[in-house]
Amino acid sequence: MQRPSFFARALASGLCALALSSTLHAQELTVSAAASLTNAFQAIGQAYEKAHPGSRITFNFAASGPLLAQIQQGAPVDVFASADQETMNRAATARLLTDGTRADFAQNTLVVVVPSSATKTPQALQGLAGADFKRIATGTPATVPVGRYTMEAVQKAGLTDALHPRWIFGESVRQVLNYVARGEVDAGFVYRTDALIERDKTRIAFTVPTDNPVRYPIAQVASSKNADGARQFITFVRSAQGQDILGRYGFSKP
Amino acid sequence: MLPPLWLTLKVALLATLLAGVAGIGLGWWMARRRFPGHALADAFLMLPMVLPPTVLGYYLIVVVGRNGVLGRYLDQWFGIHLMFTWQGAVIAASIVSLPLIYKAARAAFEDADPRMVLAARTLGASELEIFLRISLPLAGRGVVAGLMLAFARAMGEFGATLMIAGNLPGKTQTLSIAVYDAVQAGNDAQALWLTLLISVVCMCVLMASSRLLQAQH
Repeated sequence: MQRPSFFARALASGLCALALSSTLHAQELTVSAAASLTNAFQAIGQAYEKAHPGSRITFNFAASGPLLAQIQQGAPVDVFASADQETMNRAATARLLTDGTRADFAQNTLVVVVPSSATKTPQALQGLAGADFKRIATGTPATVPVGRYTMEAVQKAGLTDALHPRWIFGESVRQVLNYVARGEVDAGFVYRTDALIERDKTRIAFTVPTDNPVRYPIAQVASSKNADGARQFITFVRSAQGQDILGRYGFSKP
Repeated sequence: MLPPLWLTLKVALLATLLAGVAGIGLGWWMARRRFPGHALADAFLMLPMVLPPTVLGYYLIVVVGRNGVLGRYLDQWFGIHLMFTWQGAVIAASIVSLPLIYKAARAAFEDADPRMVLAARTLGASELEIFLRISLPLAGRGVVAGLMLAFARAMGEFGATLMIAGNLPGKTQTLSIAVYDAVQAGNDAQALWLTLLISVVCMCVLMASSRLLQAQH
């Protein structure tokens, strides 16, 4: 009998190693979470791994819209946490979530920040219509929740037309924060928890009233291969320890 | 769907023009002169081709941003803003496409018969006349090929453009950024149409350029 070639043997052993590595990391969990959760979830991830030895969490942070699009296209995600109810509703309508796993776990507020070097500080939404605020940043409304909250608030204040030419749209709330911190824009809409991260370079001007509270839902993704891990992670986020960490980063209870 | 196409063509044309003038001039200079640091200057000019576009985008933010080393003065003295404007997209596209023109032009100038230049000089031609009437026509094919490649590269520019010009529909949203935006939003039908559109336009550019080069042959 002819011996298998070197190439065939290398291929076979490579495939075995691959199969082995995927079973070894059965405790691996992929969590897609809204960009504003970046710092708090990284801390929660560390605490979770400590509490569940052998488990490993991979985070995927971006604006909620792109995260939903990835899950829709079959990305291997176990848990999804978005910054608004609407994105999660879309996921539910598309039957991407496991029934009965959805829960609200944190709340935030919308604020307007200005660069710390700014001389003028607006006191309310009407103030942004003044000549000092030529460029105002928020998230792309179609895909970034902070943009949607912003547009709702601006429309309610009757400022849609006045502010229309001034918008600079970011790909996530963290990009909006970065634009303000660099002084590339005169003001920006972010969440209070984001503003706290750039305390040196930005200043909170005022809190924006929103009709829909900024409430974060979390749920297990239906196609998850690690359903137990996903449920354990969601429970952990909602536990006293998880809520404590979220509170430390400025989130309030739902 | 059409505004991103016109914006893309405008940005790519202007970027090719800017990079063309700079690239041909620099190519001519580098082909004729040898000076200390020649190799260093050559590597510097080729850098935009190998650096990740995000690195170029970051350099641009640091240099021409509102608080950048240059941007600060552009803003104070001339009121020019490059961040979040289509002009910023032109700057980004011309920088990434510069090496393509520079390299092609330099090689073409080096390949041209030096005796032609010498003969023209003995006949009393000025340096400008030599460049316009001898060197440039002799290097024509190479230069045109470089320009075409630069145009194609400028049309597809994404990373540096997104970082400096942002994603503002109707203002700075070029075709490649519109595709990214549609995919991010899960709008697959729109993404597919834009993808087909950009493929057709690129095919047209490639066919036109090979036609042009053949006609010159």
